[in-house]
Amino acid sequence: MASKFGSQTRRDFIVTTGTAVATATVAPSVSLAKPDDVTAEIKKLYGDKPLAQGKIKLDLPTIAENGLVVPLNFEVESPMSDKDYVKSVHFWADGNPNPNIASFRFTPMSPKAAAQIRIRLAQTQNIVAVAEMSDGKLYTAKKEVKVTIGGCGG
Amino acid sequence: MSNPTPRVRMPTTAKKGEVIEVKTLISHEMETGLRKDSSGKVVPRRIIKQFVAKFNGKEIMTADWHPAISANPYQAFFVRVPESGTFEFTWHDDNGSVYKSEHKVTAS
Repeated sequence: MASKFGSQTRRDFIVTTGTAVATATVAPSVSLAKPDDVTAEIKKLYGDKPLAQGKIKLDLPTIAENGLVVPLNFEVESPMSDKDYVKSVHFWADGNPNPNIASFRFTPMSPKAAAQIRIRLAQTQNIVAVAEMSDGKLYTAKKEVKVTIGGCGG
Repeated sequence: MSNPTPRVRMPTTAKKGEVIEVKTLISHEMETGLRKDSSGKVVPRRIIKQFVAKFNGKEIMTADWHPAISANPYQAFFVRVPESGTFEFTWHDDNGSVYKSEHKVTAS
């Protein structure tokens, strides 16, 4: 029986081709971002400015069953007056193919620096938010979301 | 893809200066540009990259969206009604199309 496949046994054949197929299906799917990518994005926007904790209320599920639709709610504490308001809020994900999620720009016309959106998450990862105030101060918040089914065509 | 249709839910009357919540939804596939079709070809990226909310022509809020935004993007946020006027919401597609929705609100 074994002679049929020459020196390569049936088991070897299955193992090698199996691995080849597995790598072929995984490899073309894009590389995912790393926490360093998010740090790099923040640096690109704000340089080495200090990031303070607080002010941002980030509401995300601890466990998301479906990574395709993960609700993200946020609110940044601010009087939202002409002199003191939230200029922008950026969101990043450190395990998606692309670290960017969304950026919001507010004006004193906005009564609250708050919004609800729905996002895609490819895997369990951290969501990082950075809010820039009108006086230039930066605040940050982070939350991990465990994803049961990935949401980026994986 | 069928033509994206925006849907907006907000009250038509409000007290002067009142803060109201606006809920918006637009039907759009938000193609990430990472997916492959059955023949193995990459489906080109096509998403709504920006959402803008204005009141009587003045900008209230702008949101830049990336492919990490779910299909049929939902967005809820808050606006103030300083006077009677028109809220204008626009969605900007990768392909240059702009989808617009206008809502008159009467302040009392």
